[in-house]
Amino acid sequence: MSNILRSFLYRLGAALIVMIGISMLIFAIARVMPGDPARIALGPNATAEQVAALRLERHLDAPLPVQYWEFVKSVATGDLGKSLYTNRPVTTDIAQFLPATLELVFVSGILMILIGLPIGILSAHYRGRFPDHVGRLISLLGVCTPAFVWGVILQLVLGYFWGWFPIEGQLSQSVTAPPAVTGFMLIDMALAGNGAGFLDALHHLILPALALAMSGLGQTARLTRSNMNEVYERPYVEMARAYGFPGRRIAMRYGFRPALIPTLTILGLEFAAMLGNAFLVEKVFGWPGLSRYGVEVILRKDLDAIVGTVLVIAAAFLIVNIIVDILVNIINPRIRLAAGRA
Amino acid sequence: MPDNTQKPVLAIRDLRVAFGDRRHATEVLHGISMHIRAGEKVALVGESGSGKSVTVRLAMGLLQDQKRTHVAGHIWFDGIDAAKGGPEVARRRGNRVAMIFQDPTSALNPTFKIRGQFRDVLRSGDRSISKADADRRAEAALAEVSIPDPKRALDSYAFQLSGGMNQRVMIAMALANRPQLLIADEPGTALDVTVQAQTLKLMHEMTERTGTSVLLISHNLGVVREFADRVYVIYRGRIVEHGTTAQLFHDPRHPYTRALLAAIPKISGGGLPDLPERSPDFENPLIVHEGCGEPTEAFA
Repeated sequence: MSNILRSFLYRLGAALIVMIGISMLIFAIARVMPGDPARIALGPNATAEQVAALRLERHLDAPLPVQYWEFVKSVATGDLGKSLYTNRPVTTDIAQFLPATLELVFVSGILMILIGLPIGILSAHYRGRFPDHVGRLISLLGVCTPAFVWGVILQLVLGYFWGWFPIEGQLSQSVTAPPAVTGFMLIDMALAGNGAGFLDALHHLILPALALAMSGLGQTARLTRSNMNEVYERPYVEMARAYGFPGRRIAMRYGFRPALIPTLTILGLEFAAMLGNAFLVEKVFGWPGLSRYGVEVILRKDLDAIVGTVLVIAAAFLIVNIIVDILVNIINPRIRLAAGRA
Repeated sequence: MPDNTQKPVLAIRDLRVAFGDRRHATEVLHGISMHIRAGEKVALVGESGSGKSVTVRLAMGLLQDQKRTHVAGHIWFDGIDAAKGGPEVARRRGNRVAMIFQDPTSALNPTFKIRGQFRDVLRSGDRSISKADADRRAEAALAEVSIPDPKRALDSYAFQLSGGMNQRVMIAMALANRPQLLIADEPGTALDVTVQAQTLKLMHEMTERTGTSVLLISHNLGVVREFADRVYVIYRGRIVEHGTTAQLFHDPRHPYTRALLAAIPKISGGGLPDLPERSPDFENPLIVHEGCGEPTEAFA
């Protein structure tokens, strides 16, 4: 296992360098965007003195490298600055909004895997036959329809016409929010022992999660199908057929398992991309998440909040990628053993 | 010697196959008939594209269920006609026909160990076999094909073993369920000549011991002459000539067979090609005498 640990540390170091690069980039970009953040924060009625005072307080007149150095020092102490918009520490805002987004993205990711992989496997196994046609249609629609359109369609059909699911929000009005322990609605409900509340939260989560999952789900199904079809041409699949192994065993062990290795890498990217796509879905479903917060602070040129949000999302992206890399190493013996020899 | 009075293990009668849409199908086999008796070693010889592989894949039941494949004729094996395909064929043939492939390394799944694949093979012969029993039998089977450390081989992935080792593993797997027929599709063509020769020798020994019939697919007449009792020559989807190996090599009738025989590179005739007087690199000689690690006299 030590080689897996070593490659993990290596990736962690690389991720740290990426984070530093991203922080510089977003720090500079946030400051060259047009508009005076102090003026926007204080509104059109503020006097020039008030604006000047706020600029001074936030070191907005200092040269960029000085500002960045101040920022690095405060980040080192766990302080991401103060939002000009909510007037609270950025860490407090992120702590409030991040869990809802993580919950949404995590459940979307699970749906993507639980629906996308089986569709891909069935498509490949019944290549050119009815299940394949259905699977390809679903995955094509998933890939080429934007998440917010799926959001509206699902709201209309499943929420409004059929009334199976609530249309927006995290909880029904009749349900009281649980005490915030972790910030994750489902976990807090479970910790509070509120079974009905847990189900209500889950009920609210399904539609937005599905809307967010559709694109990745389609991509997953398509990749699984094409990778499996490629593997099906390999001699070891022909051998498995020649020995008359049961169809399911051929599909899973000889077809799917080798095909999973290239699929998993893309799956990780899709998963991470959901963090970005989450904004549209959060907007459509009135979901109190970080992506929505991020867009609002960008529109208000809320410097510290922009930088903080981008860094948190970038960190989540990198963490997901590290996890995927480790998983790929684990399921691919060739890489695992090669890492041991190197 | 095989018993000529016995019922054939595999009998192919007037097999025709076409690929493509019904209206524009291209016939690639134009009525193949051949048979293999118990214990007999039969070679099917022909150039690339002659229909060798299609014939054996049909015999294995691998093509029948594919779209746009139209099969007519009969493939009698073990009391059933495999020409029509279907799940029964797949189930029945599992442990009665085995197949080994050109490139042994790519015929083994790279994502799990030999042990797991061996279990799958043994399970296809006996659904209720326990893991422990399967492992014991796998070890014994690997020992039979002279693999030095069967336990270690079972715990290896195909890409960790040499091509020759993988070929031995394939032969052990193929014969583990004591099949009646072994189909060898250009075995070892992907390996170097020495290992290929070892493979064929091993296959010959093993099938002699188990009494398994062999259908050898090859374009290498040298190999066929050493290995087979009888030979079918296939050309453009038709059997153009068949007979015992001796007949065929001494008195080829069909011009195509004569052409094939003429294509065997001969050592006599022009004599050995001239060797350069000095090996270009004495520090790394290309040919090293076995055992002493010194360059052979011819090169010194």
